[in-house]
Amino acid sequence: MKTIKKVALTALAAAGFGAVPGLFGLPGSLLAPGFAATPGSAMAQECGTITLGAALSLTGKYSTNGLHTKNGYEFAIRKIKEAGGVKVGGKCYNFKVIYYDDESTPARGAQLAERLINQDKVQYMLGPYSSGLTKAIAPVTEKYKIPMVEAEGASRSLFNKGYKYLFAVLSTSEQYLASAVTLAAEVAEKRQGKKPSDVRIALVVENDPFSLDIRAGVKEDAAKYGMKIVIDDRMPRDLSDVSATLTKVKALKPDVLIASGHSKGAATLTRQVGEMKIDVPMIAITHCESADIIGKFGKTAEGFLCSTQWAETLSYKDPLFGSAADFNREFKAAYDMYKNRSVPYQAAQAAAAIYVFKDAFERAGSLDKEKVRDALAATDLMTFYGPIKFSPAGNNIAKPMVLRQVQNGQYNVVAPSKFASHKLIWPRKVQ
Amino acid sequence: MFGLCDFFAQTCGNLSILFAAPVFNVQLLIDGVLVGAVFALSAYGLALVWGVMNVKNLAQGDFVMVGGYLTWWLTQTFGVSPWVLLAGLVASFALLWGLGWLLYRLVIAKVIDRDLFTSLLATFGIAIVIAQVLNLIFGSDTQSVDPGYESLTLLGGAVTVAPQKLFAFLLAALLAAVVITFMKRSRMGQAIRATAQDPRAARVLGIDTDRVYAFTYSLNAAICGAAGALIVMIWVIQPFYGITYSIRAFVIVTAAGFGNLPGVIASGLGLGIFEQFGGFVLGAEFQQAIVVGVLVFVLLIRQIQQAMNRQVVQ
Repeated sequence: MKTIKKVALTALAAAGFGAVPGLFGLPGSLLAPGFAATPGSAMAQECGTITLGAALSLTGKYSTNGLHTKNGYEFAIRKIKEAGGVKVGGKCYNFKVIYYDDESTPARGAQLAERLINQDKVQYMLGPYSSGLTKAIAPVTEKYKIPMVEAEGASRSLFNKGYKYLFAVLSTSEQYLASAVTLAAEVAEKRQGKKPSDVRIALVVENDPFSLDIRAGVKEDAAKYGMKIVIDDRMPRDLSDVSATLTKVKALKPDVLIASGHSKGAATLTRQVGEMKIDVPMIAITHCESADIIGKFGKTAEGFLCSTQWAETLSYKDPLFGSAADFNREFKAAYDMYKNRSVPYQAAQAAAAIYVFKDAFERAGSLDKEKVRDALAATDLMTFYGPIKFSPAGNNIAKPMVLRQVQNGQYNVVAPSKFASHKLIWPRKVQ
Repeated sequence: MFGLCDFFAQTCGNLSILFAAPVFNVQLLIDGVLVGAVFALSAYGLALVWGVMNVKNLAQGDFVMVGGYLTWWLTQTFGVSPWVLLAGLVASFALLWGLGWLLYRLVIAKVIDRDLFTSLLATFGIAIVIAQVLNLIFGSDTQSVDPGYESLTLLGGAVTVAPQKLFAFLLAALLAAVVITFMKRSRMGQAIRATAQDPRAARVLGIDTDRVYAFTYSLNAAICGAAGALIVMIWVIQPFYGITYSIRAFVIVTAAGFGNLPGVIASGLGLGIFEQFGGFVLGAEFQQAIVVGVLVFVLLIRQIQQAMNRQVVQ
């Protein structure tokens, strides 16, 4: 009891002292230990610490992916530590991240970004999970000129605002299913013996910014080939049934069905494609992995094309993580929760974000955030996750999206053909 | 007319499909009825709670999710079979009955006499807590139970009906019939109806209205639980998808009129059918607009009817 009182008193006193500079008109930050990088005490270790800040969705609707992201960050930080830390100007540093839970709500994310920058004095930020949260946080980091490397916000609307301090390692959302259009054009020419302009597309996406980006990307590419979009439905966010749209698919018999609507859309669509015996030779969707369509709807999922940012079978590699397969293996060994499932790309790209920071710090040779920003902008890096090179807008223009097909209960890379490990099975058969 | 069709090319095209190939009307109608029945079921209890207790229960959809997760968990533990699914339905009914009773005693009983805003806030709070607890226990991945039954095909393969949807429809119909009979025949049903008409008079006549309220709220939760068990068989669930069913329940009950159980069934089915045809002709993005549009239309008609009645009385 006594100790509790003592602790409480100390806390009160500390709070009191904290208020004093404010009372006397002194800026609080002068007294607070406000250095982002403090040399570690000789007792603990030789390396100093670089503190990064991140608001992540640890509770709420994005909590699963929020956790994947955090695991990715932490795994990379550990790997860097084991490899001797980040070398900046002859000194070594290790990363440390201050995490806050944004409860999967954008408003909270923006608040926490302010808090990380103003109270915790972080000088460098890591991205949150989802485009929505990134959209809420980017204006804050931009205002304080804090460089942010993000790995989970793909909406292209993030990259037309003229942000100078935002860098994203992943491919933007309009590319997610655009490769399916290219693939359909190839198939039309080589296997169907008809012109790409004869291909008819059914397009079903959720009515949210991310999926609408995907729709825009597909429409652009379809227009390039002169393909006709015969169905262009937008599913409402609180949709539970897509049978009306699928009835239309049955009636119009398109050559390709392209759909995107997060895990819910993927699960509902796959399920009802099976129930309604929808017979379309090519079906391409997003979020196969997070909806676990193989595990849940095995037979129906056969032949589905799934877009992904990264796959462990790709031939990318780097000196820190090794190959994509090495990353996959070591990551599984590090976290029990991935024992019976493949490592989600969300974790891989989070790890890549940390690696990009390490690279930028080393090239900048300084902890000055402006110099780090400039180094980030000049990034040209090969990683296990894919090549990373930023456009002036901050999105990664070097890495292509990958299409995997469900073949005998496995995800096999079938496009782009440069990285394909397996041949496309076409047409998809109704099982 | 042709100019209009040029502008709305896809809509006109879709309409012409329905005329050229009437078989798709059958598919849409069947789907609409099957979908609507499940919506009606999740709205069923709300009509009672709203009519009897004047509580607008915002946690409606979250009760549905609890039932869904319980059934999903059972199939994960014991495998998917018709008996496990049926057991899930019964278990969800029972568990949600208990949960409803507990929530009534802990929360609803304290706010039932307060104004509308307080009960809205209280049930909204319950909704948030349930969703977060489900998220903590089961995680935020979408889940669903696929019994893997072969779909029935009618009319030469043009029309497909998923057996689990049919199963859900039959169970929904059965449950609705049981509740209606219960309300008409049993003592408790009579007490509930008496309380709905005039709680004070009911108390004067010796009805323990507190017990009636507790019973009604538990019954509502239990029906929602059963609806959840059906929903996980035909669609997908996630801790935060409850709101979909809450919104639909409110639309259905508002259109039907509070406490009007047969009306709930009719408006649930109507909503399902409108959604299907609207989604087919105009596109999925208009499904919701159509539902709300129909609601406005129904309310307008009602308003006009009442205005006419009033004039007659005067």
